Amino acid sequence: MYHLIRWLIRKWRSRSAAQTSAPAQTPGAAPLTDEPAPDEPAPRPAGPPARRLTSPPVSAESKISGAPALSVDGLTKRFGDRVAFQDLSFEVGYGEVFGFLGPNGAGKTTTVRTLGTLFAPTSGSASVAGLPLTRGNGAEIRRRISIMPESPGLYLRLSVAENLECFADLYDAPDPRGQIDRALRAVHLTDRAQDPCGALSKGLRQRVALARALLSDPAVLFLDEPTAGLDPVAARDVHELIDDLRQRGVTIFLTTHRLEEAERLCDRVAILNRTLRIVGRPEELREQMFAKSLTVRTREPLPEPDQVFGGLPAVDGWQADGAHGYVIAVSDTQIAAPAVTRALVQAGADVLSVGESRHSLEDVYLELIDEDEEAGRR
Amino acid sequence: MSISRRHVRAIFRKELREYRHNGSIVWTMAVIPLIFLLPALIHIFGVAAGSGPSDLLLYMLGIPALVPSVVAAYSVVGERQQGTLEPVLTTPVRREEFLLGKGLAALVPSLAIAYGVYAVVVACVELFADPGVASEVVRWPEVLAQLLFTPLLAGWSIWVGIAISTRVGEVRVAQQLGALASFPSVLVTALIAFGAIPASLGLAIACAVLLLLLNGLGWRVTLAAFQRERLISGTR
Repeated sequence: MYHLIRWLIRKWRSRSAAQTSAPAQTPGAAPLTDEPAPDEPAPRPAGPPARRLTSPPVSAESKISGAPALSVDGLTKRFGDRVAFQDLSFEVGYGEVFGFLGPNGAGKTTTVRTLGTLFAPTSGSASVAGLPLTRGNGAEIRRRISIMPESPGLYLRLSVAENLECFADLYDAPDPRGQIDRALRAVHLTDRAQDPCGALSKGLRQRVALARALLSDPAVLFLDEPTAGLDPVAARDVHELIDDLRQRGVTIFLTTHRLEEAERLCDRVAILNRTLRIVGRPEELREQMFAKSLTVRTREPLPEPDQVFGGLPAVDGWQADGAHGYVIAVSDTQIAAPAVTRALVQAGADVLSVGESRHSLEDVYLELIDEDEEAGRR
Repeated sequence: MSISRRHVRAIFRKELREYRHNGSIVWTMAVIPLIFLLPALIHIFGVAAGSGPSDLLLYMLGIPALVPSVVAAYSVVGERQQGTLEPVLTTPVRREEFLLGKGLAALVPSLAIAYGVYAVVVACVELFADPGVASEVVRWPEVLAQLLFTPLLAGWSIWVGIAISTRVGEVRVAQQLGALASFPSVLVTALIAFGAIPASLGLAIACAVLLLLLNGLGWRVTLAAFQRERLISGTR
């Protein structure tokens, strides 16, 4: 099975290399103009939400039309000889939820810190919320963005309200009381405002950190593992809040290890492993990484599979998958699936199932990271 | 570049709130003055009238030299260890505003303690000591020196403490180094108080000018030492 998938990938890549003439990017990266289609809604959580989180309103000035919210060109960060990330190039549009995935140590947090003006890039350029990423623009960029680090970093002896008051002043909030109230309502913590942060659970602290990030009414919100340590209900609340922020035009740069979360929330995702491995919409990445295939299950093994599958329209090859299963590489499932089904019936096979192979974002991620590990061993 | 008073006030107020909620900081600040207060009072009440003018109360200048050093040494490295520094540095606050807020939060309580303890000593001497001794110990030049040198000594200790705090990776190390760095100031005031170095107007002016210069230098060194990238990444 593994070898078949690798064969399919190689086959697809050789075909796409011949067909496309995309501009040269970071190895493996998709073209930079890969903006989400406006008429194509992002996947939404299924089922009616038990309670709907509402994010504070985003001011009109925080959404700057024209330029992308984030534009990164050949950005590299080194600490001495150690490369944190290298030659990153991508763009993120306003109102887009952009997932940033990668293994531990891939450079995700360093990227966020660099775009958040905490670190100076070693080379390359970027613009954040409409401003070039330069030393002189640091304070102004930080005024337009908000970063929620992985660790909440709250003053544990101070109350929730005292924590937020401090940050409302640091963000020059024009209506600190109102903004604090709205942020607390957004994360359902109004009744805990006077509690010391040290007395809150990890999940509640995470919510306070999220409220703190909303105080500045940001144009770009960087969320570093926002649902880490949250129970499923709290995580769902955060997902709804992200959806709500997206609808209000806030750009969200989401760093996460939860691939199903990224698949569900993000308009596009990037996979980073020191260099940018790939950028695109989750469904595009699946198509890029994995050739189309059908999975067939029969009650008994086929005596002559070559005779059954050989020569069928849109079928490129096949391989056994277990004793009674077959994975069939196809160029078009709409043509191949009926043909395969008919051929199986004509061969007298007892067909249990014929289905299109589905690959998740996790498959894409693991494939790329495995490739890197393999290349590292060579 | 302008300094935002609101940002400075936000840091300052947050620090004061933390003091209020953290008993150990208050106790540390309260115990150090006792070390200076008790020996001074014992000595004054043991002195006979007519033994001549004394600069003994200058010994109290050790309080503003020592008290803020512990708090200042905690200011940056403490936030790093708590994990609270990064969120603050992601806001529009400038390092000047952050450091001024931190510095003020160490200065204000230190001045209050130093002046308060001095006032207590003067009141005790005026009320309970032999009138002859009181007139020899409490004199206007010493009172002026106390008023003038208290903020200068505290300022120097604060900048040294914060500069140390930006460079080290551990709170205890920072506090030990901060206390150690304030000892030269304490030593000089003690030597003057006990007559080893004769107090004079010229010496007072020279010391004031030196401390002013040191405060300016301390501010610049602290500002240069405070680098967001190094503080967050932990690199040297």
